[in-house]
Amino acid sequence: MSNISKAFENGKAFIAFITCGDPDLKTTQETVKAAVQAGADLIELGIPFSDPTAEGPVIQAANVRALSGGATTDKIFAMVEELRKDVKIPMVFMTYANVVFSYGAERFAEECSKVGIDGIILPDLPFEEREEFLPACRNAGIDLISLIAPTSENRIATIAKHAEGFLYIVSSLGVTGMRSQINTDISSIVKVVRANTNLPCAIGFGISTPEQAKTMSTYADGVIVGSAIVRLIEKYGKQAPKYVKEYVRSMKDAII
Amino acid sequence: MSNKNGRFGIHGGQYIPETLMNAVIELEKEYNKYKNDAGFNEELSRLFNEYAGRPSRLYFAEKMTNDLGGAKIYLKREDLNHTGSHKINNVLGQALLAKKMGKTRLIAETGAGQHGVATATAAALLNMECVVFMGEEDTKRQALNVYRMRLLGATVIPVKSGTGTLKDAVSEAMREWTSRIDDTHYCLGSVMGPHPFPQIVRDFQAVISKEIKSQIKEKEGRLPDAVIACVGGGSNAIGSFYHFIDDTSVRLIGCEAAGRGIDTKDTAATIATGKLGIFHGMKSYFCQDEYGQIAPVYSISAGLDYPGIGPEHANLHDLGRAEYVPITDEEAVNAFEYLSKIEGIIPAIESAHAVAYAMKLAPTMAKDKIIVITVSGRGDKDCAAIARYRGENIYE
Repeated sequence: MSNISKAFENGKAFIAFITCGDPDLKTTQETVKAAVQAGADLIELGIPFSDPTAEGPVIQAANVRALSGGATTDKIFAMVEELRKDVKIPMVFMTYANVVFSYGAERFAEECSKVGIDGIILPDLPFEEREEFLPACRNAGIDLISLIAPTSENRIATIAKHAEGFLYIVSSLGVTGMRSQINTDISSIVKVVRANTNLPCAIGFGISTPEQAKTMSTYADGVIVGSAIVRLIEKYGKQAPKYVKEYVRSMKDAII
Repeated sequence: MSNKNGRFGIHGGQYIPETLMNAVIELEKEYNKYKNDAGFNEELSRLFNEYAGRPSRLYFAEKMTNDLGGAKIYLKREDLNHTGSHKINNVLGQALLAKKMGKTRLIAETGAGQHGVATATAAALLNMECVVFMGEEDTKRQALNVYRMRLLGATVIPVKSGTGTLKDAVSEAMREWTSRIDDTHYCLGSVMGPHPFPQIVRDFQAVISKEIKSQIKEKEGRLPDAVIACVGGGSNAIGSFYHFIDDTSVRLIGCEAAGRGIDTKDTAATIATGKLGIFHGMKSYFCQDEYGQIAPVYSISAGLDYPGIGPEHANLHDLGRAEYVPITDEEAVNAFEYLSKIEGIIPAIESAHAVAYAMKLAPTMAKDKIIVITVSGRGDKDCAAIARYRGENIYE
């Protein structure tokens, strides 16, 4: 049983995404701790990439800030190792294939396992290319988390059957970012997922308000929020932790 | 040439968001259906010949040959195609395919603007909507092409993210495609990106080497000794190489943009300075740092200013079947001026990279040897930038 399942034992899960090193790694640590205190059930840590093709403008800008602030994969591993002394809930990395590939899949997965990362989400790694990193993840005992999109249709069952950790259900077409409306028929997607796996599913992309979180949480086991948190970090910089804490609490309260 | 999931050796693949997977699977299916369809091919041939002006000439550059004093030099005149470059070959193929697939909207990335102009042209001809993503930096370097695209009815979106150049335009076009798939085809301009694009684009560009082969046989009664083309993503190069890959007596030489030199950071020479990576949907060689962050590359040529190279080229490099050489800005500008003066042909600054290498190679070869240079595009668009490079300010 993966450690990630623990995130879904406390009612509907609230999953918070934070770009590491935005604006600096110290602030990232404090922001993660604040989110955990406010009731976050799982933390998704973004390793910045120069060309994040699945991200909207808010997270793209966070990647730029983090990289210009000097964040590197090695520094992020060191930060997570320190963070693990205080944070007990599951944590996963969200990054792009080239970040893992250039580090070396084996070395990356082993380092994840060593510092206490439970899984990896790679938005540019579809089911067909999983073999690129799957053996390394298996050896290190970390989950390679799969995404399902509104366009997945006939692919949902296969992806769900082979999934690990949890299923990341992409709520909308396009890139990450806040949306006023989510029109995808998520309940139909979740139905197919449920028929093929017992793993929990969480919905991400476009969720920013407690109302949206509440609605989405009725369809699935958890919600993932990225851009809305990153926006707070963009606005408040080093002062962001207390605002993120307040925000995460309002979101967790809405879905419980 | 490619095996399952579009691999060329270890390169290629489909490293894209799940949202796009069914779109590329459908594209592959439809492409496989139409590529052997007599009606489709007849329609495409008609467009190639009647609209784009194919076959393009294979011109014996006699003055250049005599001046360099070595191998005989032939120029494959893709610059004479409608819209002024080889880009139209791929675009007519993809636009026609998209139309058959029921798509009504084309999106494209562009560097120098040649692919954007070609896509806008095909969209106008086939009554399709067209949106072109172009790095903000490139919209300044290539203002004339921006105007041409607008004139043709396309919307040009300047991309401000990253370095504001070709790679950012590709990223933005990919983002746009994930948000609107139903009615939209992403008309990728080079032999790159996820499978099946490297294969589709190569097949439509392969007309270049098919023509070279029959034209040179007619003129010289034999195969050339070397075929030289410039390489960014590598579409005109793979088009020029493709039908010679099995003819191992023919040297295949791709000319990369070295910018200010491969020992500087201001370079876009992927084979010379890059390493294996995964980006923009494919595994191939990329200019990147030790953590896999893609490098902000540089070249005077907006069309070669890309940090990667198509997967089939990466494989031809691994196999030793093709050679890839770096050419600096200075060498390319000299070649731009040289070909203009000696043959009265103003090549695109991209193509001038290939001319520059031929200028080095030809004198080292015997007079009975034959070199074919693909002049992938014409240089009108570059005149203002080259004048600036030489310290002269002219109006575009």
